[in-house]
Order: sequence, then C-alpha cells, then structure tokens
Amino acid sequence: MSAWRASIVPRWMFIGEWRAHPVRILTAVVAIAVGVALGFAVHLVNASALDRFVRGLATVNGGADLRIEAAGPGGFSEQLYPRVSRLPGIASASPVIVLRARIDGREIDLLGLDALRVASATPRLLPRPTTAGGAMAVLDPRSVFLSPAALAERHVGETASLVVDGRPQVFTIAGTLPGVSDRALGAIDIASAQDRFGRLGRIDRIDLRLATGADPDKLRAAIASILPADAVIASPTDDGNRADALSRAYRVNLEMLALVALLTGSFLVYSAQSLSITRRRSHFALLRVMGASRRMVLGQLMAEGLILGFVGSAIGVAGGAALAFGVLRLIGGDLGSGTFATGGTPPLQFDGFAALGFAVLGIVAALIGSLLPARDAVRVMPAVALKNSGDAIDPRRRPSVAMALLLAFVGAGFAFLPAVGGIALFGYGAVGLLLAAGIAAMPWLARTLLAPLARRSFASPVVTLAIDRLWGAPSQAAVALSGTVASVGLMIAMAVMVTSFRVSVDEWLGQILSADLYITADNGTPFDPAAQMRLRAVPEVARILFGTQHPMKLVADRPSLTLVVRDSAAEALPKLGRAAAARPGTLGVQISEPAARLYGLSPGSKLTLPLGARSIRATVTSVYRDYARQEGAVMIDAGQYLSLTGDAARGEAAVDLVPGADAAATMSALRRALPRAISDEVQILPTRALKARALAIFDRSFAITYGLELVAILVGLAGVAATSSAQTIARTREFGMLRHLGVTRRQIVAMLGVEGALLGLIGATRAWCWDAASRRS
Amino acid sequence: MASPPLLAITDLRKTVPTDRLLFEDVSLQLERGELVAIMGESGVGKSTLLNIVAGLERADSGTVTLDGTDLALLDEDGRAALRRRQIGFVFQAFHILPHLTLGQNVALPLALLRTSPAEASARARDLLTSVGLPGRSDDYPNQLSGGELQRVAIARAIAHRPTLILADEPTGNLDPETAVRVLGLLIAQMRDAKAGAVLVTHSEVAAASADRILRLTSTGLVPA
Repeated sequence: MSAWRASIVPRWMFIGEWRAHPVRILTAVVAIAVGVALGFAVHLVNASALDRFVRGLATVNGGADLRIEAAGPGGFSEQLYPRVSRLPGIASASPVIVLRARIDGREIDLLGLDALRVASATPRLLPRPTTAGGAMAVLDPRSVFLSPAALAERHVGETASLVVDGRPQVFTIAGTLPGVSDRALGAIDIASAQDRFGRLGRIDRIDLRLATGADPDKLRAAIASILPADAVIASPTDDGNRADALSRAYRVNLEMLALVALLTGSFLVYSAQSLSITRRRSHFALLRVMGASRRMVLGQLMAEGLILGFVGSAIGVAGGAALAFGVLRLIGGDLGSGTFATGGTPPLQFDGFAALGFAVLGIVAALIGSLLPARDAVRVMPAVALKNSGDAIDPRRRPSVAMALLLAFVGAGFAFLPAVGGIALFGYGAVGLLLAAGIAAMPWLARTLLAPLARRSFASPVVTLAIDRLWGAPSQAAVALSGTVASVGLMIAMAVMVTSFRVSVDEWLGQILSADLYITADNGTPFDPAAQMRLRAVPEVARILFGTQHPMKLVADRPSLTLVVRDSAAEALPKLGRAAAARPGTLGVQISEPAARLYGLSPGSKLTLPLGARSIRATVTSVYRDYARQEGAVMIDAGQYLSLTGDAARGEAAVDLVPGADAAATMSALRRALPRAISDEVQILPTRALKARALAIFDRSFAITYGLELVAILVGLAGVAATSSAQTIARTREFGMLRHLGVTRRQIVAMLGVEGALLGLIGATRAWCWDAASRRS
Repeated sequence: MASPPLLAITDLRKTVPTDRLLFEDVSLQLERGELVAIMGESGVGKSTLLNIVAGLERADSGTVTLDGTDLALLDEDGRAALRRRQIGFVFQAFHILPHLTLGQNVALPLALLRTSPAEASARARDLLTSVGLPGRSDDYPNQLSGGELQRVAIARAIAHRPTLILADEPTGNLDPETAVRVLGLLIAQMRDAKAGAVLVTHSEVAAASADRILRLTSTGLVPA
C-alpha cells in the first residue's frame, strides 16, 4: 500500500480522468458543495440567532450569577427578598419586577429595579441619568430609562406613555441603559412599578451576585430550602438550555432537511463514480494485470471520492458561510419557527467545529457514494474485463433483493427506537436506510416490473430494444435514477407529511375556533372585570367566554409551558384518549399533548402547579390536542383560577353572536365598549381571519422546508441529466452497431425516450413505496 | 550445472465453470532469451494459459514456476507483486490508456514499482526512441496509428526490465506489413532485455519468428 501511495499512478489516473471528463467531476463536486453549503448555512443562521437570543436573555437578566424567578403569573412575595439576601455566600441581591410594555406601539421589556442594589448585583442594568436629571432621577417614580434600541426615535427629556396590561402610565425619559446594547429594554424604579402597575407586595425576580469563593451548589440548596412554591432558581446555564430547548427540534429538523441535498449529492457521486468506473473498467483491469493489487485499485477509487468530497466540502463550507451571512442580513435569524423573530440582524457567529463537522459530512457522503462502485470495480476479474473492455453485463444474473430487504428491515427497526436527547436520530437513520433500501431494490424492481413486458413481443423495434436493454441491465436503472429517486422520494414524503399536518391543523382550528369572533390583546391582560361586563353588555353578543394565558415554569432549565385560563374550560376541546376524575383534594386540569409527552404525564397523573403563591396539587383529567403551543400547556377553569389567585383580569375572549347579528357592526360595537386606553391595543377578528392567520404562520414555518426540498430536487435532476448523458456516451459502440444494422437516428432517440419513460415509471413506483414506508418512520 | 528454466509449467489442467475440460497435461519449459509461440484453435484456451502463467487465473492442478517461484504458493497480492516485478504484457487491443501521455503509458510499470518520476520519465523517453517514436513522450494516444500504439505497448512491456514477456495476439489488429515490423521490434527488445517470451498467435507468419512453435490442444502442448 505504501508503494501505491508513493507511486504517481493514482495522481495520473485522477488527473487524466479530470482532464477527460471535467464536467462530470464538477457536477459531483457541486452536488457535494450544495449539500454542505445548505446544511452549514442553516446551522449558522440558527446558531447565530440562538446566540443572539441567549445574549439578549443575558442582557435582560443582567448577568447575575443566580436568579430566583417567579414560577407562575403574579410573581412571588417580596418577603422572600430579605431572607435570600441574608444567606451566607450572597454578595448582593437585587429585586426586580418584570413587565412587558408597549411604547409608541412597540413592545419592550420593562424592568422595575432597585437602583441601590442593581449597581452591585447586575451593573449591566444600571441606568445612567442625564446631567439635567441628576443622579436622583433613578429614584424618581416618574423616570424611565431606555436602552438605545427602546429609545428609537425618542430623546431623553421627552415624556412617553408606557402601557402595561392595558394600563397606560406616563413617564419622563430620564436617561439611558448604556449596558444594554441589543435589546429594547426599559427600567423604572421598582417601587414605581409596584405602585403604578398593581404589583404591590409582589416581585418577579431576585438577581444574585455570589461572594468570591461561594459554592453555587450549596447556595442553591440553601435557597431551595426557603423557596416558596411560586418561585424557582435559575442560572445563565439554565437560560441557555431553555433557549436551546425552545427551538431545538425545529432547528435540528431544518438542518436535517438541509442535509437532504447532501444525501442527494451522495447519490449523485455514486452515479458519477459508477459510470466513471464502468468506462474505465479496462484501465483498472490493465493496472491489475500489471501488478496493482485489489487494495491499490480500491484505494485509488476511494481517494478519488475523497478528493471530490474534500473539494466539494471546502467550497460548501465557504459557500454556506456566505449564504448564512446573506440570509441573516436579508431575512434575519428566524427561519420559520418564530422563536427568534425579535427583529434586527444577528451577527454571524462562525463556528469552526461546525464547519469541520459539515466538511467531514461532505467527505463521508462522497466516500459512501464511491464505495459501492469501487468495490464492484475490484471484484471484476481483470482478464475478463480486459477482453470485454466495456459493459460487463450478465443478463442471466437475477438481481438480488437481499441487501434491500436487510436495509429495509434495519430501517424499520430504527423507526421504532426512541428519541435521543429529544432528537429523532434513529428516525433520521430510518429514513436514510429506507432510502438506501429503495435504491438497492431498484434493479430487482426494474427486472420485476419489466418481466411481463420482456416476455411480450412488440411491433415497434424501438420499444423492444428499450425493454430488452433495461431488462438485461437493471442495475443501470439504479445508477441512472438514484439521485433523482432520493430527492423526489424525500420531497414526496415531505410534501405528504406537511400536507397531512396542515389538514390536521386546519381541522383542529375548526374544532377550537368555534365562536363567531375573537378578541385578543396585543399585550397582557387588559380586560378587567369592568371591561368584561361592558363587552358582555353589547346587545349583539349572545355569549362571551373570557380567558388568559400565562407562562408557567415547572422546571428551571426547560422553556415555560403555558397556563391557559378559560371560562368553561371543559367545553369543545379535541380530547385524546381516556379521561380521568380528579383525585379528592386536588385541582382537575387538562394538559396539552406536547405537555403530556414532555413531562411524561397522562390522565390520572399528579402534578404540582405554582398558583397564587401556593403549590397547588393537581390531577390531569384529560389530554387535549394542541398544535399552537409546542412547549406544552395546562388548562384550568377560569372560576377555579380566580378563587386560587384572585386574578380577574383576562387577555382574550371568544364571542358568539345572536342569530342574525352583523359581524362587522358587532366588532365596531365591541371596540366602542372597550376603554379608550386599551381600544387600540386589542384585535377583534372573525373566526375566518384568525384561522387564516394561524395557517399563514404554519405555511411560513414550512416555507424554508419547501425551499430546501426544491434545492434537493434540483440537485437530483442535475444528477439525472449528468448520468443519463454519460450512459448515452458510454453506449456509443452499441448505437454504432445498431446504426450498422439499419436503425435510424430517430429510432435510437425514440429508444432512449422509451428507456427514460420506463425508468421514470420504475423510479416513481419505488418512490411511492418508499413514501408509504418512511411516513411511518 | 545447468541453470533452472525461467518458466516451468508442469502438467497443468484447467476446466471452465461448466466443468468442461479446457486442457490437461500441459507442460512447458522456457529459457531466458527464448521465444516460444503457442498456436491453436479458437477457444482451446491459449489466453487462459497465459492468464495462468501471469497468476491472473488458477489452474485446477499442475505447477507454474517463474524464476524459481511457485505461483501456487503465492496469495493474490504476492502474484500481483510478481507481475509488477517480472512480467511484461503486450495485448492485441494495445490497452494504451487514452488519458495518459505516451511517456506516462510507457512509464506505468515503473511508476507501480515506486521508481522516481525523473528516472521513469527518462527511461520512457529512451524506450520510445528505441521503438521508433523519438520525442513523442508528451503526445497522446489519439495522435497515433495502430502500429504506433502497439510499439508504445511493447515499450511499456519492457520498461521495468521483466524476465518474462507475455504477448497475446500482439499483431492481431495490425496489417501484415506493420505486424512484421512490430514483431521484429518485440523480439529485438526481448533479446536485448534477455527476457523470455511466450507469444500466443493465430498467425503462421508471426509464429515463424519464434525459436519454438507449439500447438495447444485439450491434451497438452505439442510441437506444431
């Protein structure tokens, strides 16, 4: 082997092939490059967006070592603050109120801070008053400090109205938050936040700075021992994990889809290498005759694949980085999940390890594509190959389906294996194996489908020639079609899955959006009991059901699930499976299907919910279908919620009209019934419009998917064009012989057309079978 | 004491996959510098015999010894190594690689032996000159006629100074005049390299150049 490596023969063979057929080699290189570029670009965009998202979270969280956060709506008692700040190991503690406000129609995070504490605990959040206001402006209940992103067109010194939960309050912009560069954030005095926004006695967060040498784990345990039910401990690591978990499934799925193009590229390399090796069969036979061993020739062919992969991957990594840069600039960091749609342009975070990883994937794809043809090349007896010097087809050999069955069996097994770390790795493996099984079965499928035709005789010699050719050389079908079948099969499967999903979402929307009109607040819970009564009093309203949603943390390092509060919660939810009665002394709650999967719950399961400063023991009574909240939801009746928390404010309403009422007139009447302060903060939509909006979000989520699939198909089609032309060129002697026998040019073209049509039929049959199998996986 | 023969074939027997007997009791001894021509009917197994001698196929029974080495004792890599070092080939269809220059084609055996590129190129140039193609090292095969290509093949066959040359119908694709010239060249190069050669041919004219002419039958090699 070392002699071979030191020998210049491999270089001659590759350079000679490159010189003779540059287009074919380029096509294979480009296929690998496109696959790597797409996968790497999607990864970079997601990583850059996630990085920005996490940094943004860190900004809002001020860079504290540890935090105590509210587990549910309404925060926790401020009495916790002095107890925590006195714990050994705490250098400083800063109480925070966290609000979501609107200013000039824009949403910002609004923090209520204790200026005397924030300087030591989270100095990044320290407001900077203007010279005019003086240092005492930080304690002025009328002052607000805005980050540059929140300031926008405003200036220091102006007054601004901040609306929280429908409650507008006027503040003076007294300065800025210089430590917050990339987030729209505002800060006011904590006492002002409690007083002006109805949070007396409650806070949402305590930011902690640990003393030098303090043991974080011991401190966490000490804090946990005094923590009430409605508070949890969190750290920057938890933030990262939470942010990652929020969108991991979507990001991974998108990256896997992007890699479909690479998979197609691998099949294209297989096609290209197969044809190249067939054409050079006599060359390799000559080398074997002259004393090159099997290993040497195999090494030569794998080295060619390695070069293709290396060059393609290098181009792909560079192209992927450029593509990611362009995407980030043009459309930002959100590719459809909605998680990162915070506006602005995340800076590109180049990840060297990821670049290396995708480059390796590209090389592996090229090597895999080269392996089978290389193995076939060295199996041929050199003396035979030299004599035949061309096609070494033996029509008597029946194509074997054993390998296809083995791959399908293993793939089917993979489909039943559980997710790893929440990612369906075995599912992806199953898809790949089933695809490979389909390709491996192509020769057998071709022979089987063509057998009835091969037994018949046709009046047209063109048809006879085409059928006999394909029947006699069924492996050529696999070579010609593998790239297209891979990409088209995946596209069909994806389209069917997405369409099925969309139909399910459409039906689900029809079930849950059963009212005539819906009222939603853009921000918070603006419908206090008085507003609710005014809305109920609108004459055209037959029935109005109010509800609200709050984030609720059950586990610190997991994204919050949603607490859904609804009048008549038991009604009209598409339930799954059996129901259970609430255990005595517990609160009966319904949970969404994602919550059931994520938290391992089912009807009858017990759980503890942080509600109204207490831990409420609850029983899951049923599981309902919910496509809207991927992190899970818990639904309770509004009456029970009110009795547990005293919180009567609501953020949404479902309106049934009296028979014959005009929807447009009712919408106007409802808007007039609202307090002026919140009238502009509220959307009133007919069901049809709300449903259309929901489906538009769905379509947007999958838009990038269709784009990636289109690229994969284009790569596959390019492969078919390249391999078909190569096969045609390789059959020049056959065509020459046919011409000598009297077959016209037109008949040869027609023969190729019939072959193509039959190959397409075989490929479509295989793709349909694969689609049926892969949907299960 | 007489030196052992370069090539010794003893009681070789070969059947084809359908269990049809191809030949048996085939024996031959070839000395250095000797040219033996083997003739016979189509399908009698002349090329198969050459393949067995080259270690590309195995006989059912019998022995083949090249320069004292029993081929049966070698594994596949060993036989490949033997071919690399000691055997040169000339084929009816030339088998000149179209994407390599004439110089690279001639130097191919040397490249397989890890000879330095400079040395291999120099030897290739000399050999091309000796076969009547001076200064054409950088030309490509598509610029040559059939006869010229076979001359390149002969140069390649002796580039690594093999002890045995196997020529399977080397003049089969050539016109009679060219065939005579090419054959003469092959014999001259063979003698110059002090190699032995086995020539398989249908041509009586080609066979006449040999030191011995044998005919292969199903029952062995007999003088023609």
